[in-house]
Amino acid sequence: MLLSDLLAQALNGLSYGVLLFLLSVGLTLIFGMLDVVNLAHGSFYMLGAYAGLATIAASGNFWLALLIAPLVVGLIGAVMERAVLRPLYRRPTLDQVLLTFGFIYVFEDVVKWIWGGTIRSIPPPDLFAGSVRVFGGAFPSYRLFVIVFGLAMAVLLWLLIERTRLGAIIRAGVYDAEMTAGMGINIRLVFTGVFAFGAALGGLSGVIAGPIQSAQPPMGATILVPALIVVVVGGLGSLKGSLIGSLLIGQAEVWGKVWLPNVSMAMIYVVMAAVVLLRPQGLFGRPLR
Amino acid sequence: MIWRALGFSLAMVAVLLFPRVAGTYPVKLLEEILIWGMFAMSLDLLMGYAGMVSFGHSAFFGVGGYVAALALTHWGAHAAAGLLLPAVAAAVAALVIGFFSIRVSGVYFIMLTLAFSQMFYAVTFQVAALGAEDGIVGVPRPRLLGVDLNGATAFHVYITAFAGLTALVLWRIVRSPFGHVLRGIHDNEARMQAVGYAVDRYKLLAFVIAGTIAGVAGALYTQFVGSITPEAFLWRTSGEALLMVIIGGTGTLGGALLGAAAFILLQSLVSSYTERWMLLLGVTFIVFVLFAPGGIVGALRGRVGLRA
Repeated sequence: MLLSDLLAQALNGLSYGVLLFLLSVGLTLIFGMLDVVNLAHGSFYMLGAYAGLATIAASGNFWLALLIAPLVVGLIGAVMERAVLRPLYRRPTLDQVLLTFGFIYVFEDVVKWIWGGTIRSIPPPDLFAGSVRVFGGAFPSYRLFVIVFGLAMAVLLWLLIERTRLGAIIRAGVYDAEMTAGMGINIRLVFTGVFAFGAALGGLSGVIAGPIQSAQPPMGATILVPALIVVVVGGLGSLKGSLIGSLLIGQAEVWGKVWLPNVSMAMIYVVMAAVVLLRPQGLFGRPLR
Repeated sequence: MIWRALGFSLAMVAVLLFPRVAGTYPVKLLEEILIWGMFAMSLDLLMGYAGMVSFGHSAFFGVGGYVAALALTHWGAHAAAGLLLPAVAAAVAALVIGFFSIRVSGVYFIMLTLAFSQMFYAVTFQVAALGAEDGIVGVPRPRLLGVDLNGATAFHVYITAFAGLTALVLWRIVRSPFGHVLRGIHDNEARMQAVGYAVDRYKLLAFVIAGTIAGVAGALYTQFVGSITPEAFLWRTSGEALLMVIIGGTGTLGGALLGAAAFILLQSLVSSYTERWMLLLGVTFIVFVLFAPGGIVGALRGRVGLRA
């Protein structure tokens, strides 16, 4: 294998990794805040892809889709939190997890109802339709865009959470929601906001993934498992863990395909098992129990 | 106690005699209910009694199904191939997955079990020797004690016997000292630990027992349908079992059977009218979690004033 091929594979892994980051960061934020693992998070990803598809069909503009789809999915998230999740906060967390599980079925079937079950491709924006030469080999320029966009989002999120007043409120809510409410913060509004924001990030990653993986109804349930593995590996509730976990799983997926093509899909589970064995709380998670 | 025993015996007799009064299709539905009921009851042992909510119970159903399919096609139609081997394989799988999963609890446990079950999906989907995405078809039914199970009556008795046996064994387990320790762990794990119980060992044993029963259910399902595909491992299989337990009433065993019956009957009724079966499932999930967390049994108990 040539050096340029190896580098191209590493870049593929990186683009998949930042995609997983955009998805799992929403999962981890929602968990940190609400103590709920949102199993419908993959569905937000799928809804994002279809909302993007619809926007592109109407306007022909990918960039508009990148703006509108997260807004739509964020709104769906806000409604879901207000209408069905909020009444359950006094009940065991399990009930909330089961509820989000039910939404996987609902979202998948509704999308199938509206758009049909066939695979729909989302064209990349004209600006990134071609390929560029990287280290002497051709590499799709859209994937380079995904990498840059994803890393930029990571920096923006870090700034938002660590350097702004809103971020301070979110961090306080993650640490102790009751105490934060006691300080005069409207914590219920923050809950809804964080859920909607996490959902919007899920939707955003769906649009971003569109030109790479195309859109089909089961995509939400399919991407959920790698996203869960990322948060298990990185540690729930940790932004840093989400980033490192995503990049690790992205690479594991790609190199599994290169070295062990017959069982490549199992590769990420091996990484997960190893982390659980050595550090059950994940690489950057708070200690369990 | 005596009423329960009498009720159980009557139900068994009714199920056994059902083919005398009903046609082929209702009997098939009943057998499907019994198999899924076994699967759901094994999940209820984990969920309702030990408090371990597994979102990956399909792993053991699938392992049982695949091992039965492989053994019956390659090594001949013996009962050992159709039942014993799948049960052992599922037990081993549960031991390994359990070893990793019980190190964590709560949402981590949910995520790990879900992820591990999807690993089996990934492997069976890719490995050509297991038929890849087409699975294994044309699986013969075994002979048991010299009886050919291809006959409709023999197969009905076979399925009924195993479902009844499973119900009895699980009923015995949850009422044994072991079962009470599980309930103690469910209510307050730290206290059970402090009192001196090796909590992790109890949890692992419960996980293996549940996995083994799920494996037998999977093996019976393969013999019932005559084939197995990677779909058996898919999150949806686990989700259906979860839904059955929730509809029936968590922590009641009988509820799991009721839930399986409600689910299968609803499915056969609805699927002939509409394609929106998944939507209906999701909405049922949401409605039961929101408004009837005790399930059918819970609602009945509230009405009639029965106690556990």
